[in-house]
Amino acid sequence: MALSFLARERTIAPPGYSRWLIPPAALCIHLCIGQAYAFSVFNLPMTKLIGITQSAPDDWKLTDLGWIFSVGIFFLGASAAVLGRWVEEGGPRRAMFTAALCFGSGFIVSALGVYVHNIWIVYLGYGVIGGFGLGLGYISPVSTLIKWFPDRPGMATGMAIMGFGGGAFIASPLSVWLMRVFSTPTHVGVAETFIILGLVYFCFMMVGAVIVRVPAPGWAPAGYVAPAAPRKLITTQNVYVYDALKTPQFWLIWWVLCLNVTAGIGVLGQASAMSQEMFPGRINPVAAAGFVGLMSLFNMGGRFFWASMSDLLGRKNTYFIFFALGTVLYALVPFAGGAGSITLFVICFLVIISMYGGGFATVPAYLKDMFGTQYVGAIHGLLITAWSMAGIFGPVIVNYMRQYYVDHGVPKAQAYNTTMYLMAALLVVGFICNALVKAVHERHHMKRTTETEGGALGAAAPAAQ
Amino acid sequence: MAESNGLKLVLAWGFVGIPLAWGVIETLLNALKLFR
Repeated sequence: MALSFLARERTIAPPGYSRWLIPPAALCIHLCIGQAYAFSVFNLPMTKLIGITQSAPDDWKLTDLGWIFSVGIFFLGASAAVLGRWVEEGGPRRAMFTAALCFGSGFIVSALGVYVHNIWIVYLGYGVIGGFGLGLGYISPVSTLIKWFPDRPGMATGMAIMGFGGGAFIASPLSVWLMRVFSTPTHVGVAETFIILGLVYFCFMMVGAVIVRVPAPGWAPAGYVAPAAPRKLITTQNVYVYDALKTPQFWLIWWVLCLNVTAGIGVLGQASAMSQEMFPGRINPVAAAGFVGLMSLFNMGGRFFWASMSDLLGRKNTYFIFFALGTVLYALVPFAGGAGSITLFVICFLVIISMYGGGFATVPAYLKDMFGTQYVGAIHGLLITAWSMAGIFGPVIVNYMRQYYVDHGVPKAQAYNTTMYLMAALLVVGFICNALVKAVHERHHMKRTTETEGGALGAAAPAAQ
Repeated sequence: MAESNGLKLVLAWGFVGIPLAWGVIETLLNALKLFR
C-alpha cells in the first residue's frame, strides 16, 4: 500500500535515533497551524474583493468574515475531542499527514471560495476542513513527545506548543508580503495567497510527518531510571481515554485550563484598545501595536519557560503560581492605570500573558501525571474543549463589561477596572479547582497496570520532579 | 550514526528555527515602537 508508511509500526525509531529530532518534527506542525492566530490579516483585504480600493455593496462584511476564524476554532476543538483516540492509536505520522492534508486543502478550497466569491465555500474550506487540520495537528505530537522525554515532559510539550504561539509571527508578515506580490490595480491577490500558503504549509507539515518517530518498546533515555513506585500526583498507571471523563480530576483540570485561558484571552484580544483607552494621549496606535507584538512574544516564550519550569516545580505548583501571581497582577492593573504607570501596566500584562501561554503548554504534562502516558494525547484532545469555551467567555466578558460601564458614564480610562477585578476573581476560583486535584482513584486505572508499550511508556513517571 | 544524527539535527532545527527567528525579529522590531 502506498500509504503504509503512515502506519505506527513504520514509525518505530531505529537504535541510535536522536530524540532531539522529535521537537522540530512537532514544530513543523505547530508553526504552521499557529497561522490561525494571524488569520485577521486577511479580513480587511477580503472586504474589498470586488471594490478593490474600498468595499463595494456586494463585498463581504467584517461580521461575515469573523465567522471563518470562529468556525475554524470550533472544529479545532471538536476534531481534537472526537478524533483523539484515532490519533493516539494510529500513531503520530498518520495524524500529522492527515492534518497537513486538511490544513493545506482548507486553504485551496478557500481560494476557490474567494475566486467565485462565495463565503460558504470559505467557511467550508478554512473553517471546517482547515479546522480539522488544526485540531488533529494540535494534538498529534503531544503523546509522542511525552514518550520520548519521560524525564522532561513539560519542556518537550512546551517546545511544540510554543510553536503554535509562534506560528503567527511567520504567517502574518508572509501573508502580507504574498498579497502585495499578487495584488494588481484590479485584483486583491487573496486567492493566490491562499493557494501558495496551502501548498507551503502542506509541504512544511509533511516534513514533520516524515521526521517523526515513536520510541521502540522498552526504550528509555540514557541514564534515565523510572521510579519504581508512583510519586504523589504522578501515576505509573494508565487511564482509558473515556474513563478519564468519569474522574473529578479531568473536570477540575478542565476548569483550571478554562479559567486560566478565559483570564488571558479576553485581554489578549483587547490589548491594543485597552492600552490606548487606559493611557489616552500617551499610548498611540503604533505604540499599542508594539505592545500587542510584545505580548505575543511573551505568550510564546511563556509556553516554553513555564512548561519547562513545571518539570522542576511540579504541575500543580506551577498552576498555583499562575493563579496566585495572576490574581495579584490583575488587581494591580487598575492601580497602574490610576497612577499613570505605563511601565507597571506593561509588566503586569506581559507576565499575565506568559502565564496564559504557560497554561496551554503545561497542561499535557499535567494530564500525563494524572492519567498516564497511553491515552494522554486523546485526553488532551478532550480537554481542548475548555479552550473553545474560554474563547467565547473571555472576549465576551471584557467587551460587554467595558461597554456596560462606558454606557453608564464611566470614563474609558476606568472602564476596565471592574473587569480586571473579575478576572482576578476567576483566577481565585481556578486556584481552588487546582487545590482540589488529587491522585486518580485506582478503580479508574486500566487493567494492564504496568505500562510496557511504546518505549518509554514503561518509564512514565518523570525523574526530574 | 552520531555524525549522521548531528547533520540531521542541524538541518531539522534549522528548518524550523530560521523561519521562527525571522518572525520573532520582525515582531520585535514592531514591538520596539512601544518605547519610541
